[in-house]
Amino acid sequence: MSPEVGGPPRGPGEGDVVGDEAVPPAGAVSERARVVSAEPVGAYARLVLAAPGAAASARPGQFAACSTGDTGMLLRRSFSISSADPAAGELVLVVAAAGPGTARIAALRAGDELPVLAPLGRPFALPPAGEGVVLVGGGYGAAPLAWLGAALRARGSAVDLVVGAGDSCRLLAQDTPAGTPSAPVDRVHVATEDGSAGVRGRVTDVLAGLLAEPAAGRRHVFACGPMAMLRAVHEVAAAAGAATQLATEESMACGIGVCMTCVLPVVGEDGATRMVRACTEGPVFAGDRLRWDAIGAPAPQRPAGVGARVPADAVGAPSPVPPAGGDAVQPGSVAGPATGARS
Amino acid sequence: MAVDLAGAPLRSPVMTASGCAAAGRELDAFTDVAALGAVVTKSVMLAPRSGRPTPRMAETPAGMLNSIGLQGGGVDALVEHDLPWLAERGATAVVSVAGGDPEEFAEVARRVVGAPGVAALEVNISCPNVANRGLVFACDPASSAAVLGAVRAAVGDDVVLLAKLSPDVTDLVGIARACLEAGASGLTAINTLLGVDVDVRTMRPRLAVTTGGLSGPAIRPVAVRCVWQLRAAMLAGLLPQAPVVGTGGVASGADALQLLLAGASAVQVGTAVFADPTTPGRVAEELAAMLAERSFASVAEAVGYAHRP
Ligand SMILES: Cc1cc2nc3c(=O)[nH]c(=O)nc-3n(C[C@H](O)[C@H](O)[C@H](O)COP(=O)(O)O)c2cc1C
Ligand code: FES
Repeated sequence: MSPEVGGPPRGPGEGDVVGDEAVPPAGAVSERARVVSAEPVGAYARLVLAAPGAAASARPGQFAACSTGDTGMLLRRSFSISSADPAAGELVLVVAAAGPGTARIAALRAGDELPVLAPLGRPFALPPAGEGVVLVGGGYGAAPLAWLGAALRARGSAVDLVVGAGDSCRLLAQDTPAGTPSAPVDRVHVATEDGSAGVRGRVTDVLAGLLAEPAAGRRHVFACGPMAMLRAVHEVAAAAGAATQLATEESMACGIGVCMTCVLPVVGEDGATRMVRACTEGPVFAGDRLRWDAIGAPAPQRPAGVGARVPADAVGAPSPVPPAGGDAVQPGSVAGPATGARS
Repeated sequence: MAVDLAGAPLRSPVMTASGCAAAGRELDAFTDVAALGAVVTKSVMLAPRSGRPTPRMAETPAGMLNSIGLQGGGVDALVEHDLPWLAERGATAVVSVAGGDPEEFAEVARRVVGAPGVAALEVNISCPNVANRGLVFACDPASSAAVLGAVRAAVGDDVVLLAKLSPDVTDLVGIARACLEAGASGLTAINTLLGVDVDVRTMRPRLAVTTGGLSGPAIRPVAVRCVWQLRAAMLAGLLPQAPVVGTGGVASGADALQLLLAGASAVQVGTAVFADPTTPGRVAEELAAMLAERSFASVAEAVGYAHRP
C-alpha cells in the first residue's frame, strides 16, 4: 500500500511561469475504470476502482478526474485519490455528493464503468526521514491521509492524524488503525463541532494542542479540506513554527493544465506572485507560498470566501488605475454586449 | 485527410481551439498533437498577463462559461519555449494573437512570424478589447479591419491570417467582409457567446467578473449557423471566397462533419478537450470514417456540400 517515493522531494508551490514544465505527471493516463465495489461510509460513498494504469504510479495528494457519464454535464469531477494499490491495479476514491454530477458518481455500483484521468497533480512532498508530521483532514478531505500516513511512517516519521467534521456522519478516517507497528499512523484525534464524536470543537483546536507539546518534534502539518480550514490550519501551524503543505480544492474544468480555470495566487521561488494552476503545479502547495490576502477576498458581486483576486503586485496584473482608454469594464458591471473577459 | 487552408498545408482538418489546449504540451500525453491539423495556441499578447480573478468557470447545460482573461506568459515566452517544443515534436502550430489595440496585435504577430512550424496566425479580434471602450473589435467592421490591416502590414503577404469572429453581432457577413478586405486569408467561426449564470443559493453571479464566454455543445448550432451564413454569402457573391474554420461544440466526428457540410474547410475542438483530452484524435478518426462512408474522396469535396441545389 505504501507508495514509492520517487526522485528528490520537490517542494510544492514552486510554481514557475505559465508554460513551464508543469505538465501532467508522466504516469497520468485516461482509462475506463470498472467499479469493483461501492459502499457508503457515513455521508460519503467509497468506490474501489479497477484502474491499473492510474494505480501504477499514484501518490498521496494526487487526484482523479472522473466523468459524470450521460448527465449532460460536460466537465469531470475531481477527487483526491484515497489510496492506490499498484499490485491489485486498484484505486480508491471517497465521493461526497455535492451536486448532480458528484451524486451520479456516488451512486455508481459494482460493475459500472467510470472514465478516469489519473493520477493528476503533484503529490505531497515527503519531509526528511524521521521528522514528525501532523495530518489534518476536514470531512471527506481526510480520505488520503491514512495512505499518506503509511508512507510517512515507512520513512520513520511519527504521525498524528487529526480528523474533524461538523458531525459524526461527515467524519472520515476516524477508525484508522493506530499505534501498532504496521498501522498507518501513531495516533488518531477526532473533533466534531456538535460533539457527536471525539472532542467538541475544530481540528485547529486539536492541532494547536499537539503543536504546543514541547519536544514532540512535530515540524510539519499536511492538510486536506476546504480553503477556510486550510487557512486556519496554516495560521495555527505557522504560529507554532511548523511548515504546512495544503491540498487545495479549486474548481477545475480540465484537470490537466490546459484551461487556466483553477488558478491560485502563489509566490514563486523568485518572490514574484503568479496566478498558478492548481491542477498541475498543485493541488498541494506550501502554505507559506499562498497569497492568503487575496484568497477568499470579497469582491464586488462576490461573497467573501469564494475564489481569489489577482494581487495588484502579481506578474501581469492589470494596472491598478486603468490608463485613459484602458479596460473600461469593471468587474461585476454589465455595460453592453461586450463586457467581461471573453477568452 | 490533408487540407489546404488558404495556402497553409495541414495534415488533417481537425485542430485544437485557442485557449483549450494551452500550447499542446499538456495534451500530448493524451492525444498525438503531431497528428492534428494544428495546435492553435492560447491567444498571446505582448506582455505577461495574469488574467481575471476566480471563479473563472461556471458549468452550464451542455456547456460552460469562462472568464479566463487571456492569462499567459507573453509572446516572447511563447516564441522561446512553446513554439520550439511544438516544432521539435513535429506538430503544426497556428498561433493565436491578441492585443489591446491594432499596434499591439501587429507587434505580437511580427514577433511570431518566422518561428519554425507555424502554419498560420489566428487573429483573435473577438477577445475583450481594452482600447475600444469595452467593445470587442469583432463587433465592429471598422475596428476589425483596423486590426487585420495592421497585422497584414506587419507580417507581409505570405503569412496565412485567420480572423476569429464573434457570433454576438447582427451583421456577421459585413464584419467578415471587412476582415477579408483588410487582409485576412480566412475566417474562424466562432468565439464564445457572452453569458451570465446566477447561483440561486448565494443569489450572486457565479463568475467573479459576472460575464463569461459560453462554449461547448450548447453553442454548436450557433457555430453551424455562422459557418452556413458565411458560406452562403460567398456562394451569393456577397463575400470574397475564403476558407472558413468551424469552431464551437465539436465533440465527435459527426459534429465536425456538420461544420464541413455547412461550409467549413477545417474544424477546431475546444471545450470537449476538457471533458476528455483524447477527443481531438477521436474526432479525426470518426470524421475520416464518416467521409469514407459517404464516398467523399477528399475533405474538400465535403466542404459546403449541404448547400448543393
Ligand atoms: C477556457 C477557454 C479559454 C478560451 N480561450 C480562448 C483564447 O485565448 N483565444 C480564443 O480565440 N478563443 C478562446 N476560447 C474560445 C475557443 O477557442 C472556441 O472558440 C470556443 O470555446 C468555442 O468552441 P468549443 O465549443 O469547442 O469550446 C476559449 C474557450 C474556453 C472554453
Ligand atoms: S483545471 Fe484546467 S488548467 Fe487547471
